[in-house]
Parts: sequence; C-alpha cells; structure tokens
Amino acid sequence: MTEPVLSVRDLHVEFASRRGTLRAIDGVSFDIAKGEVLGVVGESGAGKSVTGLSVIGLIDPPGRIAGGEIHLAGLRIDNLPPEEMRRIRGKRIGMIFQDPLTSLNPLYRVGDQIVETIRTHLNLSETAARRRAIDLLAEVGIPAPEKRIDGYPHEFSGGMRQRVVIALAICAEPELIIADEPTTALDVSVQAQIISLIKRLGRDHGTAVMLVTHDMGVIAETSDRVAVMYAGRIAEIGPVQDVVKNPLHPYAKGLMGAIPTLAGEDKRLVQIPGSMPRLSAIPRGCSFNPRCAFAFDRCRVERPEPLPRGAQSVACHLYDNLPAESAA
Amino acid sequence: MSDAVVSNSDKQGAQPTHAAHGWFSRALDSDLFYSFRRSKLTMVAAAITVLFFLLAIFASVLAVQNPFDPAQLQLINSRISPLWTADGQSPFLLGTDEQGRDVLSAILYGMRISLAVGVAGVIFAGALGIALGLIAGYFGGAVDSVIMRIADVQLTFPAILIALLVNGIAKSILGNRLDATSMLAVLVISIGLSFWVGYARTVRSSVMVEKNKDYVAAAQLIGLPAPKIMLRHVLPNTMGPILVIATINLALAIITEATLSFLGVGLPDTMPSLGTLIRIGNNYLFAGEWWIVAFPGLALAALILSINLLGDWLRDALNPKLR
Amino acid sequence: MLAFTLRRAVQAIGVMFAVGIIAFSMFRFAGDPVNQIVSIDTSAAERAIVRKSLGLDDPVPVQFVRYFADAAQFKFGVSYQFRQPVSALLSERMPATLELAICATVFAMVFGILMGVYSALKRDTVLAKLFQAISLIGISLPTFLIGILLIYLFAVTLGWLPSFGRGEVVKLGWWTTGLLTLSGLKALIMPSITLGLFQMTLIMRLVRAEMLEVLRTDYIRFARARGLTTRAIHFGHALKNTLIPVITVAGLQFGSVIAFSIITETVFQWPGMGLLFVQAVQNVDIPIMAAYLLMVSLIFVTINLVVDILYTVVDPRLRSTVGRAA
Repeated sequence: MTEPVLSVRDLHVEFASRRGTLRAIDGVSFDIAKGEVLGVVGESGAGKSVTGLSVIGLIDPPGRIAGGEIHLAGLRIDNLPPEEMRRIRGKRIGMIFQDPLTSLNPLYRVGDQIVETIRTHLNLSETAARRRAIDLLAEVGIPAPEKRIDGYPHEFSGGMRQRVVIALAICAEPELIIADEPTTALDVSVQAQIISLIKRLGRDHGTAVMLVTHDMGVIAETSDRVAVMYAGRIAEIGPVQDVVKNPLHPYAKGLMGAIPTLAGEDKRLVQIPGSMPRLSAIPRGCSFNPRCAFAFDRCRVERPEPLPRGAQSVACHLYDNLPAESAA
Repeated sequence: MSDAVVSNSDKQGAQPTHAAHGWFSRALDSDLFYSFRRSKLTMVAAAITVLFFLLAIFASVLAVQNPFDPAQLQLINSRISPLWTADGQSPFLLGTDEQGRDVLSAILYGMRISLAVGVAGVIFAGALGIALGLIAGYFGGAVDSVIMRIADVQLTFPAILIALLVNGIAKSILGNRLDATSMLAVLVISIGLSFWVGYARTVRSSVMVEKNKDYVAAAQLIGLPAPKIMLRHVLPNTMGPILVIATINLALAIITEATLSFLGVGLPDTMPSLGTLIRIGNNYLFAGEWWIVAFPGLALAALILSINLLGDWLRDALNPKLR
Repeated sequence: MLAFTLRRAVQAIGVMFAVGIIAFSMFRFAGDPVNQIVSIDTSAAERAIVRKSLGLDDPVPVQFVRYFADAAQFKFGVSYQFRQPVSALLSERMPATLELAICATVFAMVFGILMGVYSALKRDTVLAKLFQAISLIGISLPTFLIGILLIYLFAVTLGWLPSFGRGEVVKLGWWTTGLLTLSGLKALIMPSITLGLFQMTLIMRLVRAEMLEVLRTDYIRFARARGLTTRAIHFGHALKNTLIPVITVAGLQFGSVIAFSIITETVFQWPGMGLLFVQAVQNVDIPIMAAYLLMVSLIFVTINLVVDILYTVVDPRLRSTVGRAA
C-alpha cells in the first residue's frame, strides 16, 4: 500500500478556558489516500471542523494541539514552524470554508485574490498568474471567466462565490483539500453542483479530499470512506457503503436511521434521544452512554477503543467479545 | 449597547412585579460584584471617587478656611508655596493664591461645586432624556420622528458647543439678574440639554420592544392603562444601561462644567469650581507659581479618570457582549 | 447613486433649515438687533425708528426669510462688541481655525492609526498596554489641562515653543497661513497636539477595535488558509477593511475638531473663530454666536455629505447596491 496523503495519529486538541481545559479532540486517528474522499460526519460540536483546522494548522489560541501527530505525504506537519506551515497552506493543502459569502474579502476583486494566492505559492509573473486564474475560474465552471475575473465578490451569487472559493483552494494544485461544510450555506439546488465539482476535481487531479459535513446524504453521494465523530472521538470509520448499509456503532445506527429515503416513505425517521454533551461535561466511559439504548455497566466506566470489524473500525464495547464475523 | 439591553429585558418580562428587585440582586450577587473584586484598578478608582465625594461633602469641616468668604482671606498670606517647599507656611498645605486663598480649601470647595453641578446636570439630563425617550417610544409616529431627529442633529454637535450656546442665550435673556446662584442653574441646564440624547435613545428602544409584547395588548384588553404597565417594565430593564450612561456622563458633565468655567463663562471667581481655579491659576503659571494651577488640575484629572474607570468597568460588567 | 446623493443633500438642507431657525431665534429674540445699531443712551423713540427701519415690525416669517437670504450671502449683522460686520470678523479668523483643525486632524490620524494598528496586532505587548493607558488618559484629561501642561513643559520650563498666538503669518490673498514661516510652524505644534489628542485617542481605539473585529472575519481566516503571508494579511487585507469605517469617522469628526478648537484657541490665545465665539459668549454678542453656529453647522453638514458620498466611492459593495437602488 502506498503512503497515505494524510495520516492523523492519536490527535488531541485542547482549549484553555476560564473553567479549565476543554478537550475538543480526544485521540483521533485516520488516513486519507491519494484521490480518496473521506467524509467526516457528526453533530455540530463533535470536533469535525476542529480536526480539519488542526490539519491545516489554523487552531487559534486558546486552542492547541496537545498530542498526536499529523503527516502530510510522510512529512510531519503538526510541529512545523509557523512560516513553513504557512507555505504548505494553500500550496499543498487547500481549504474551503462553509460560507462563501463571507470567505472572500469584499473590497478586492475576485481576480486579485486569486492572483495574489497563485503568486504567493508559485513563481509566476502577474500576467501568467492572471491567465492561470482565468483557467481556474473556467475549470470550476464560472461562465465568461475573462470578464468575471474583474468582478467584486458581491457581484457573484452564493454558488458562484463558492466556485471562486474552490478555485482559490486548488490554485496551487494541492495534494489535499479540506472542505468544511462546503454546501451548508448554499441553496439545495446548488449543493449538488458544488458536490459534484469537488468530486470531479478530486478525481481529475488525484487530490485527496477531507469532506466535513453534518449531512449524511452528501457523504453517501461523494465519499469513499466515512468517519463518524462524536464528542471529539471517532465512533466509527469505514467504507461508505458498509457504514451506511451496516452501521455498527449505536450512534452511527441512529445517524443512518435519520437519513430520509425515497423508498421507505411509511417509516418514521429515527431520532436519537437527547443531545451531544458539552465539552465541559463529557461523561465518563463511553461519551455516548447516556443516550445509548444498549449501554451497560462497562460503558459507564471504561472508554471504548477502536476495534477493527472487517473494513470498518468501531469504538464500542458491544463488539469487544464478539467474533468479528457476527458483528451487528 | 441598546441591543443588549433589549435582550436583557426579554428575560425579565416574565416576572414584572419583581423586575426591579430581580435586576438589583442579580447584578449584585453575580458577575458585577465578582468582576469588581477582580479588578484592582476599578477598586482603586471606586475608592478615589468615594473619597472625593466625601471630601466634597465635608469640605466645610475639613478646610482651614472658607475660600468663598472674602472676609477670611488675608493678602499677607498671598502666593505662599506648598508646605514642603522652602517658603511653605502652615496651615497652607498646598500653598495659597494671590488673594491669600488656601489652595487645598479652594479645591475642597471647588470639588463640591464641580460634583454638585455634575450630579445635578446628569440628573437633569437623565430625567429629560428618559421622559423624551418614553414619549417618543410610546407615541411613535410624528412625535417620535421629531424627537429623534432633534437627537440625531444634536448628536453631531459636540456637547461643549451646545452648552456654550445655551449659556450665551441664558445670559442674554437674564442679563444683569445673573448672580452666582442663578449661574449654577444655568450651568446645570446647559449640561442637561447637552447630554439627554443617550438616555432618550436607550429608553425609546426599550419601549419599542415592550410595546409589541403580548402583555401590553392583554392589559389593554382588560382595560388596564398600558403606559403605566409598560413603565413598570421599561424602567427596571433600562436601569443597567442608564447607570452606565449616567456614570460616563458624570465625567463628561464635570469636564463640561470645568471647561465652561475655564473659558470664563461658567462660575465666577467668587464661587470657584475646579475649572475656575484652573483658569485663575493659569495666569500665575508664567510667574512660576505652579501650585495654584497644578493641584486643582490634578484633582480634576484624578476625579474624571476615576469616574471614567468606574464607567468603563460598569459597561463591561453589565454588558459582557461588548468585550 | 444620484438618488442617494440627492436624498442626502435634502437631509443636509433640512438640518441647515433647523439650525437656521435656531440661529434666527437667537438673533431675533435672545438678542435685540436694535442694539447692533444704537448705543445705551438712545431714546425709546429713536429705537422705534431703528426698529422699523430694520424691518423688525414685519411678520416673523418675513423676517426669517430675510435673515436666511442675508445669511446665504454671509451677511450676519453687526457685532455688539466690535461694531463691525460679523462676516468680516469671521472670515478674518477662519484661516487660523481651519489650519489648526487640519493640522490637529492629520496628527490625530497618523498617530491614531499607527498606535491602533500596533495595539491590535501586538495586543499583549507592553507598548500596546501603554497605548491603552494613554488613550484612557487622553479621554479623561480635559483639553484645557493638556494645553496648560504642554505650555508649562515646553514654553515655561524649556522655552522651546511659544505659549500663545500664531507666530508670523504670510498673507495669500484673503487667506493667512502660519505654515510658511518657522515661527508659524512652531506656534502650531502645541495647539495641534492639544486639539488632536482627543481625536487621536478616539481613532486609536476605533482602529484597534475594528482591526480586531476584521481579524476575526471569515475572509481573514480564509486568507490564512490560502497561505498568504502575515504581512499581506495584516497590511493588505485587514488594514484596508479597517480603514474604511475609520476614515469615515475621522472625516465626520473634523466638524467636532473645529468646534473643540474653541477650548484650544482660548488656552493658546489662538486668533481663530473659536476664540471669537468664546469672547462673544462672555460678552453676550448674539450676532457672532448665531453666525458661528450657522458657519460651524454648514461645515458639519458639508463634511457629512462629502464623507457619505466618498464612502460609496470607496466601498464597492455600496457603490453597486446604491447604484441598483437608484
């Protein structure tokens, strides 16, 4: 097996606050291979975005990476000096944020922002960079790019702006793109276009994609693999078909039950009772145990470690003593 | 600032009868007191402010002479430098001015006047602003737009200009009938008319919010007078921000009075406030008699700085969103 | 764009109209215009004749229109104290005030922006905390105390700078300037600092707050995610977005600077409009007070209008939304 583009090992992220240290990420590990799309799913506050931000090195104080390692194509990047990390951002790792309306500086022309980014990372002349910017805008599907390049962000619609943001993220041919809720702020009709654009770009350039979202539908459509996060940990990770069709973790089961399908109109969507704990009040043992229908004594005292189950991996005591084949 | 007020008022609407008490006790036993004890600077500022108020109140007991009484001033004692300098003489701790007036006594009495004018000005501005804010918010429409338009226009002009104009007009109307006492009233009115806008805006926005609440409609349905009920909601809810505005305005009012007196349109030399003392002392600066202006200036600066610090802290403590 | 400008212009005229009513009321009712002409021992009969000849027996609206028409031609009546036309007194003193106000604003902008940017970017350094302390003192010290302090230090003790007046001035047509002589420049230093200190504090606080706000925005986060250099982010993206509101406020403050110069001019005996106004208030010279109010309001309203229009030119978002609305 070739080396993964991104490898995260036992990542811990902490936030210092008035009421003590909050652990936002508590021992997360995963890999993303070249050309692979990893979906990261979970409720808000589960640590999805923080995971993405720690990969690109943008955790701001009072937050900090408290433990673990992050490797980009073999190079350890979590402890790089700020200036070296800056050179990796935008060049080897591109990032797309949730809200295209606020991601672009309103006072600069779209083209200027792209050219600025290109010239920061690639040794190109102003005219060459501009030509490349037009090509990029064309590639992300903006009509008449040679005209639109001189427009200001507010002159673009939401979907078009997200395309500009994507062009900015890929302008130096990164090996990895982190897309943090790239479609959440968009109209439903535009969402599918943006998703297929990200998918196509990943395929065409062999880019690895980490797609953070709370929308299981988006994951099912785009991802090769999926990681289900809960309260700063990965509850379950595995190939997307397996996890969707045969979720193992009780929380993942709940999540999959919450996806509406066209076929089963008569079934009520399943709701998971309760809500995710706040970071300051994570229960002992398995953090999901107060909401779990299957919880037993061990869940309340001992934290479950990830267990391999076929192509999947699940952090749940239910599977600890079972033979691998009869899982679920 | 007023937005935060509004959100505060939402929570309180549920228990109207205890609103005033609720606000007060909640403020005291929670964050307000906590943040007070945490900030050393604020505690020092509070101590200085209280000290100055006490000094002002007991000025007649503490001072070695009544600087307003010409009979007590002796020219032999004029221009004595402070006690610790070579030419210092007891009991003139901070020296005397050219009329033989003890600088420390003059500061104590001047502080009394500065604080009295400041407090009275703030109360007048507050009463006027709250009343106009209530009227504008309750009646809405043309009344509202006239009042708020005046507020907008006035806000673009510095308070000192308005105070000067009011002052000049009052003088022109009163003419020779203007003595020191009526000058005090003129000062209070000038300051009040310069600072009412902040209160009016806060109260108005709170009234606007309350007006559309269901309980007002319900009260009207059962024949209760809506204005009376709203008043019982609006006033307690705006207490916090009004206190903040009043504190900051107190500093501004004292500055304004001092400035007017310094410009020679405020209190006369026979009844000097801190500003008057500074104006008088300024004339002796070139002669090297620095203490006549330095100590009143220092007292004024310390007073304003302390009140400003208190105001800053109060604003942050009552309004954590602003941080 | 045109409609927006027009709407603003109409508002400005409305404000001027309101101020005009106040100035007229002062002129007509608080002061008696007859006093401009006659002396104290003029008989009642003579006064009545003067009154008639001044048109003071006409209906009030007629008098108002006349006052306004005169004011529009900068005819503000005669000063009680100087027995001279108010317009001549004002125009003679306007250059001194404007020069002082401009120097003070430049001083306030340059230092306010530098200190504000520094204390936003290096929030926890000693220097940033010092700037914060200075800003608190700048707000708390009354202007006249700062002036007195400066005079004591630099004029009385060190003898470096003059303590009063404009120094030597050069006549350029009807304008007089102190910018062309050494003594004129020296005389400008302390008054400019005194007058500008409060604005500097204000600008510094505003720049710091705006910059911190901008640094938290998504587009700055995205700019960092794009790997732009800290320099480009701070001084390209953040500063430009910070300065738009700051320059607006600073522009609007120019009117207050002119009004605040009343105090500075008194401290430094600066021969400007502010000093004239204070003397007018001291001596109840109503025509000067009314005229000063009108002039300052005109400057205020003009600046507000210009700033509003400039704002739409600078900010592309406003430019097009305003354009669309038009």
